[in-house]
Amino acid sequence: MKAINESRVLFPSLSANESFARAAVSAFALQCDPTLTELNDLRTAVSEAVTNCIVHAYRDCIGDILLYMRLFENGRMVIKVRDHGCGIADVEKAREPLMTTGGEERAGLGFSVMESFTDKMRVISHVGRGTTVILEKYIHGKNGNAQ
Amino acid sequence: MPTETRKRILLNGDIDHHHASAMRQNIDAVLCEERPSALELDFSGVTFMDSSGIGLIMGRYRLLNSWGGKLIVTHIPPHIEKLMHLAGLGCLPIFEETVKEGMSYESNQ
Repeated sequence: MKAINESRVLFPSLSANESFARAAVSAFALQCDPTLTELNDLRTAVSEAVTNCIVHAYRDCIGDILLYMRLFENGRMVIKVRDHGCGIADVEKAREPLMTTGGEERAGLGFSVMESFTDKMRVISHVGRGTTVILEKYIHGKNGNAQ
Repeated sequence: MPTETRKRILLNGDIDHHHASAMRQNIDAVLCEERPSALELDFSGVTFMDSSGIGLIMGRYRLLNSWGGKLIVTHIPPHIEKLMHLAGLGCLPIFEETVKEGMSYESNQ
């Protein structure tokens, strides 16, 4: 199935880019006329994914993060957040709520939030090569009209 | 008998990983100096929050508990309330209902 529209945004894993990534997904989603809730859901999910890249994937270095956004028919948005960082050895364990390797002030809820705020979430990861998080969400829009 | 002191901190802007560290330091500076019996975090000015904010809240909750203090969160925007309930904060006695005639009461939402 071919995307109606798409955008690739590449940026370094600086924490200042967390808000930039949220703005990018908001900007891309606007064409679907999303409700405030849908927009907030997308922003929060992307913020979690990008934060994981910054805090975990590239813990002691700076690397590139790819935010790849595609819009398909019926308002289906597919967002990939990809890094080439350290990778996750045990994805199932990492996805457990409250599971974190990030220290005392980290809640360990990133994956739980991503899962709850989107319709589908997949994680593909290889140790030493990187991680891709794939988020899927149907944007029904303010009038319930999916494109 | 120690005095009951309530400190209110108005939070502003986005509470994400990038901003959480500075926010934590600012709040903790006030907390450790004043050691209030209650800290109110007013979310009126918060424009965004992800799970980094949950970590911030939990850390302050634990810190206050260490001297028997209370954490109260107020004026939470609807979307952030959704996140807080997902995180299980609804079980904690930190939410406050409307204040009437100078009396305040807490309830679990």
